[in-house]
Amino acid sequence: MSDIIKTEHLTFSYPPDEGKEPVQALKGVDLTIEKGCFTVILGHNGSGKSTLAKHMNAVLLPEGGTVWVDGMDTRDESLLLEIRRRVGMVFQNPDNQIVANVVEEDVAFGPENLGVPTEEIRRRVDAALRAVGMEEFCLHAPHHLSGGQKQRIAIAGVIAMEPACIVLDESTAMLDPMGRREVLDTVRRLNREKGITIALITHHMDEAAMADRVVVMDSGRVVMDGPPRKILVRLEELRAIGLDAPHTVELLHGLREDGLDVPLDALSVTECAGAIAQALQS
Amino acid sequence: MKPIIRVENLVHTYGINTPFCRSAVDGVSMEIYEGEFLGIIGHTGSGKSTLIQHLNGLLKPTGGTIFLGDRDIWADPKKIREVRFRVGLVFQYPEYQLFEETVYKDIAFGAKNMGLEEGEIDRRVRSAAAFAGLGEDLLDKSPFDLSGGQKRRVAIAGVIAMEPEVLILDEPSAGLDPAGRRSLLENIRRYHRERGTTVVMVSHSMDEVAENVDRIIVLADAGVVMSGTPHQVFSRARELMDVGLNVPQVTQVAMELTRLGVDIDPAVYTVADLRAALAARRGGTAKC
Amino acid sequence: MLKDITLGQFFPGNSLAHRLDPRTKIVLTLLYIVALFCAKWFVSYGLVAAVLLIAVKISGVAPRALVKGLKPILFIICFTAVLNLLYTPGEPLVSFWIFTITREGVQTAFFMILRIVMLIMGTFLLTYTTSPIALTDGLETLLGPLKKIRVPVHELAMIMSIALRFIPTLIEETDKIMSAQKARGADFETGNILQRARALVPILVPLFISAFRRADELAVAMECRCYHGGQGRTKLRVLRCEARDYLVLLAYCLMLAGVLVLARFGL
Repeated sequence: MSDIIKTEHLTFSYPPDEGKEPVQALKGVDLTIEKGCFTVILGHNGSGKSTLAKHMNAVLLPEGGTVWVDGMDTRDESLLLEIRRRVGMVFQNPDNQIVANVVEEDVAFGPENLGVPTEEIRRRVDAALRAVGMEEFCLHAPHHLSGGQKQRIAIAGVIAMEPACIVLDESTAMLDPMGRREVLDTVRRLNREKGITIALITHHMDEAAMADRVVVMDSGRVVMDGPPRKILVRLEELRAIGLDAPHTVELLHGLREDGLDVPLDALSVTECAGAIAQALQS
Repeated sequence: MKPIIRVENLVHTYGINTPFCRSAVDGVSMEIYEGEFLGIIGHTGSGKSTLIQHLNGLLKPTGGTIFLGDRDIWADPKKIREVRFRVGLVFQYPEYQLFEETVYKDIAFGAKNMGLEEGEIDRRVRSAAAFAGLGEDLLDKSPFDLSGGQKRRVAIAGVIAMEPEVLILDEPSAGLDPAGRRSLLENIRRYHRERGTTVVMVSHSMDEVAENVDRIIVLADAGVVMSGTPHQVFSRARELMDVGLNVPQVTQVAMELTRLGVDIDPAVYTVADLRAALAARRGGTAKC
Repeated sequence: MLKDITLGQFFPGNSLAHRLDPRTKIVLTLLYIVALFCAKWFVSYGLVAAVLLIAVKISGVAPRALVKGLKPILFIICFTAVLNLLYTPGEPLVSFWIFTITREGVQTAFFMILRIVMLIMGTFLLTYTTSPIALTDGLETLLGPLKKIRVPVHELAMIMSIALRFIPTLIEETDKIMSAQKARGADFETGNILQRARALVPILVPLFISAFRRADELAVAMECRCYHGGQGRTKLRVLRCEARDYLVLLAYCLMLAGVLVLARFGL
């Protein structure tokens, strides 16, 4: 089976506050994520994207429908550890997911829990820190690191469990532009070089441009799904659900209105400028 | 224009006499003018957080002076609390400072500390809530039942209710989704327009600063490296990139276009400007 | 201000004292404390002091750091000294108002100060040369046998290491919340005790809420990394006692024996 994550008619509601109606956070999500794919899941706050992410390694269990992780039903409790080993999760707040006060000890936390032999843990910790480019910090205290560095440590902690897939649940939301770049470059490299499946949950549109596939969520449903060039150009629809299109797309839309014959899907700065220059010449 | 805050040769060194001694701000001189909307940009560690905590007297300079109006704010250290009421500072992720039982009480906290009378406090709370985009129906709720974006608005309203002469916001839109960011910035712009008081916004998002402010100050490595109108600053896009800052995506496109031989001003920073620049150019060529 | 706390701080290094197995160091510290409490007179105290001095020298920890560590308990030291000075019965030396200072009082007070100071310095030496993680690891293995009588040793060690991990984070957060409330005109410096206590509410409420939120998120993050208690857990770092550990242990046992003998003779 080449799907790492598959959901079918997935529904979920959070327990309601006293005297209130339960609000359904997921209203029937059917989604398959193929192995090796870089998927970005977009949506405004409250669209259900984080709830969906938390189903991907059994932090939350479906209320209705089913979630399979590498063919394993997440409701099967005997498979819990295996599911969580295979799909690692990186969260939003870098401070609240680091367990130890030495970087390498923290990276070792996952393998230690899995009962990996000591020499093997050492090898994995070193390899994981190298993979995120943090090997020189292995004996540092995490609270002295920058936000981006902390998130890279969190990613290393996940990699040390040798997962097939990493889910990043708004892991870039609290970072400055430099920290975001560090994290994005790291996951992109892991995806390309190690073939690790990436599911990145975000509301930054520019992060979506680099994905293989963009899934847009709104009020508990998947409303758009496709390659970035097909999705990010739908300016009006994106705005209507509280998102934005990249400025490049906004510009190209505008220029079309002005009567310039430019394509809409030149997402990157170089492509966009190239397309405009070409249109100006002809 | 008249400066309302003047910073002269400000130095702040952390951990003097320890091996961790480090100057977070080193010889900064700048002015903030009355009624302007100023943007301060710089990457993490450029000293911007340290700088703004000096402007309302939360940190004491290790060197240099800060003038509010004509007075050195540290001339009488006992009166530093008054400075904090005149220069309102909203921290990054301010929603974590909420503590009262109701939204109303939390917004009133600062105004109450000023020792105002009940009626005046009430007027200020309601007006501040409106500026921050909070409906009257929310005032009696517990702040902890609100969404993240609404909590932030409560925290901002709490500072606006002190009716400061200068409002400083540190990364007001951090972590919000695009719609939340757009509407919060719209509220801040409206506050500036209608109150006419000075607003300072600290950010590392170039796009956000470019679209909102009258003037920009760029910090890097504990000092001011540039200041001027957005147009002046973005005309030095290369230098900005050299100090580790991004420039707005539109500016990047414009720079790339110039490189490809399209003759336009590369210092544009909004979609509308670039559209206009390209339209003008096409109009120009058509006439030839 | 809050960042100046040195209590329980760890100074990384590579001295013999740093390289010893944490279990050895915990046992050494216990032996040292026992010896300190058995010491009676100048000679036996001198022996313990000599061991402490050698240990400090080997560890490479600046003596000034040890002295600085005494600052927070200065009050306790003075308090016990004064009590002992005034309330020990014996041969009177000076007497004023209702107080009498006795020769015995002076002696007890002197040795009491010496004992507390050396106690603090000795235990600080342990925390200065042992990383918190090594310390919890050491405690966990030393207390391992207690698992048989259902003491949750692993859980306690985990709680301790997480607490240590979050101390700097929470200190930073307290600083931040304090600044934010000061920016809204909160006043922590003036007023009577009641007013000052009430002024803490705007700090404590957000701090608690944030601590609970952090705990919640951390628990989920730990579960996501397959944490399921101490069962079947392996370790990156395995504690290993080497020849040097046994040698140092022997030296300390000799010191304790020496102190016991000396004390026996009233020295």
